[in-house]
Amino acid sequence: MNLTLKIWRQKDANDKGKIVDYPVSNISPDMSFLEMLDVLNQELIEKGESPVAFDHDCREGICGTCSLYINGRAHGPQTKITACQLHMRSFKDGDTIYIEPWRAKAFPVVKDLIVDRSSFDRIQQAGGFISVNTSGNTQDANAIPIEKENADKAFDAATCIGCGACVASCKNSSAMLFVSAKVSQFALLPQGQVEATSRVLNMVKQMDEEGFGNCTNTGACEVECPKGISLENIARMNREYLAASLKG
Amino acid sequence: MSGILNSSIGRKFAMALSALFLMIFLVMHVSINFTSVFSEELFNNLSHFMGTNPLIQGVMQPILIIGVIFHFVMGFVLEAKNKASRGVKYASNSAKDNSTWMSRNMLLTGVVVLAFLGLHMYDFWVHEMTVKYVEGDMSGLIDPNNADSGFRYYEELREKFVSPVRVGIYVVAFVLLALHLLHGFNSSFQSIGANNKYVKSLKGFSKVYSIGIPALFIFIAVFHHFTH
Repeated sequence: MNLTLKIWRQKDANDKGKIVDYPVSNISPDMSFLEMLDVLNQELIEKGESPVAFDHDCREGICGTCSLYINGRAHGPQTKITACQLHMRSFKDGDTIYIEPWRAKAFPVVKDLIVDRSSFDRIQQAGGFISVNTSGNTQDANAIPIEKENADKAFDAATCIGCGACVASCKNSSAMLFVSAKVSQFALLPQGQVEATSRVLNMVKQMDEEGFGNCTNTGACEVECPKGISLENIARMNREYLAASLKG
Repeated sequence: MSGILNSSIGRKFAMALSALFLMIFLVMHVSINFTSVFSEELFNNLSHFMGTNPLIQGVMQPILIIGVIFHFVMGFVLEAKNKASRGVKYASNSAKDNSTWMSRNMLLTGVVVLAFLGLHMYDFWVHEMTVKYVEGDMSGLIDPNNADSGFRYYEELREKFVSPVRVGIYVVAFVLLALHLLHGFNSSFQSIGANNKYVKSLKGFSKVYSIGIPALFIFIAVFHHFTH
């Protein structure tokens, strides 16, 4: 396959950045998208040019590190996969492919296609945890009966890998799908009840302080989420937040 | 509880509550208007009741006006905040692949409805307020000095729809209102935290409501235009 890549290049956080065209040839349809970028980078290095910086780690759709906005969609044209799981057979010979970083004020570009997602970490630190007594008399989690439906929903919420595709896809750069998944995975379980009130208040407060936009229920986040996190979680977080506000 | 309106979710919730209130108001409004299609007398009596009842005029009307203003002002505030949250725009963005046109253009459809509301208030509300509270005529009669002249509301309504331009504006505005409601109806339930199997069953009803209510308003305007 021969392709034209239009890639966002930005030297550092202070650089203005621009789209640069790169023709690539002899690309195998069986390559992953990131392998195709590896090929491009090898060519750039051999020519003495700066390789394209992009985030990646596990390359099997688990870590949530890869964060590419490909042809106008988070993680590319396929649904429920990450960019590292995308293969070149999803494109046609001769295609022009736009590759951009996540766009959000709360995700500033560090270099080229790499963005700083530490705002997600700070939201997690604000309340995305439970406190467990580890002094020797810890209760076996399996000894606590949990309704099957709740256990399933909590597990579904916990599959969020924090990649930020929800923020990238939302026209408002809202992080509510991510935050709601992190709130829900605990709100649905008895272990999460102790800190339920402070958790949702603190996480939403931190989310607002980070500068993410507000949810207008377009549903784009749910469609583009590689793990299929449901909008039901946002409704649950809204309920949790309103109840916590009344208590607090 | 303090400062809830300063939070993203609190604002969403307030926006949704005002939307639900306005959607209930629309049902009442179209129900009364529709009586003009089949009964001049009923329409006149209902209009007179709504226009002179102290509870409706003194309590419900101010709440409605506050609700409308709040909905629009909050809509603009949220839109401005959301636009600022993006920063740099994408060179390529396929939003149509993951969201509906209606959901992405609530500001556009809302602004058109707002502009229409200006015309609508000028057409009916300003006139009513002038007659009742400036001129002091609370009789509702065509000739306030003649008790047999009958109520003026029906004739005033029909008079407004003589102009094809005004009817055209009404049609366009209500099509935009339908598009606004097609997203807004379900969105308001989601915002107040109602997303479960019962609410999902409302999706069919939301389409009936969102298309049906504006369609009835259009029908009333067109009916009076062609039968005047």
